[in-house]
Amino acid sequence: MEIKKSAIAGTLESSDVQIMLSTGKNGFEFELESDVAKQFGDQIKETIVNVLKKYKIENAEIRVIDKGALDMVIKARAITAAQRALDIVDTPQWEVL
Amino acid sequence: MMKQKERLRRTMMFVPGNNPAMVKDAGIFGADSIMFDLEDAVSMSEKDAARYLVYEALQTVDYGDAELVVRINGLDTPYYENDIKAMVKAGIDVIRLPKVESAEMMQQLEVLVEKAEKSFGREVGSTNLMAAIESAKGVVNAFEIATSSKRMIGIALSAEDYTTDMKTHRYSDGQELLYARNVILHAARAAGIAAFDTVFTNMDDEEGFYRETELIHQLGFDGKSLVNPRQIEMVNKVYEPTKKEILNAQGVIAAIEDAKRKGSGVISMNGQMVDRPVVLRAQRVMRLAIAANLIDEEGNEIEE
Repeated sequence: MEIKKSAIAGTLESSDVQIMLSTGKNGFEFELESDVAKQFGDQIKETIVNVLKKYKIENAEIRVIDKGALDMVIKARAITAAQRALDIVDTPQWEVL
Repeated sequence: MMKQKERLRRTMMFVPGNNPAMVKDAGIFGADSIMFDLEDAVSMSEKDAARYLVYEALQTVDYGDAELVVRINGLDTPYYENDIKAMVKAGIDVIRLPKVESAEMMQQLEVLVEKAEKSFGREVGSTNLMAAIESAKGVVNAFEIATSSKRMIGIALSAEDYTTDMKTHRYSDGQELLYARNVILHAARAAGIAAFDTVFTNMDDEEGFYRETELIHQLGFDGKSLVNPRQIEMVNKVYEPTKKEILNAQGVIAAIEDAKRKGSGVISMNGQMVDRPVVLRAQRVMRLAIAANLIDEEGNEIEE
């Protein structure tokens, strides 16, 4: 599915992560800001990519500001951002959860 | 799982549904019930975000023995139906509906819950319900609300909206809530479900908090909704049985065992017959004493 509009989910508070999605052309292009980028950067990206793939998103620019979020928080914020970007907030795809 | 009726529900802690730090740590304070809030604690623009955060937390975080409750958005909001679907799919224990005024509101919720259970492959009937009563109409209809569905596990008073509806506000002595508290409590007891008292928001007034908790404990409430984890220990202290109560309860339990061993239908203690209310009260004291770590599961005292 194509991203319909830029979308953002999550906050900059501790234990949270802010994920911004916008239209892209070359697969998934990440910009990641995190104190633990060295240890967990790949894992954070993988969690987000897995969510986006479930929504059949193939191209996106993804900006991530991580404030020490657990994997489940990253996943929840990615779901929220994806649904907002696809403009399906009111009719979510439950099978993705 | 513990039988719903026997479950201790002294403390129901509110957790803002869109706050990852609080959602993640909600299990560490020892609340009997954890209530994730998708309603007032979440701004309109973040309703979807909170829904998925709570959903994911319920899949991954271990909340121990706590009963997991979610306060969904009201019937008159555009978030209501998606909240129900997400939370049923997540396998929440209890859905708490705010601003309930009639049995129909709970029955309408039940229809949607059952539909969601079927479509997500959850066991039909596995999602329990509770109602928050926040208006004069809700208080007047408390009994029909309490008995509106087999899924009902409790009703709660929500005093902020209620006192506004009554054209008053909250006072420190709680006189303005006396009628509502008694009506809700009677409705709950007559229906065989739990009764929860309202939140106490002034964290600086410790004395007032104890006064209110002692009052609702005396009246017979199961427990209280709480906004701050610090209040959990305070409520538990009020609900903790005294040494004398425990000794007496142990005596009653021993008398029951004795009667069982003898194959006798009559339970007697110190030469007097023990009737059913005494037995029930003793069993509740034992559950409270176990929960307060005063005795172990076998009923033996735990040394300090």
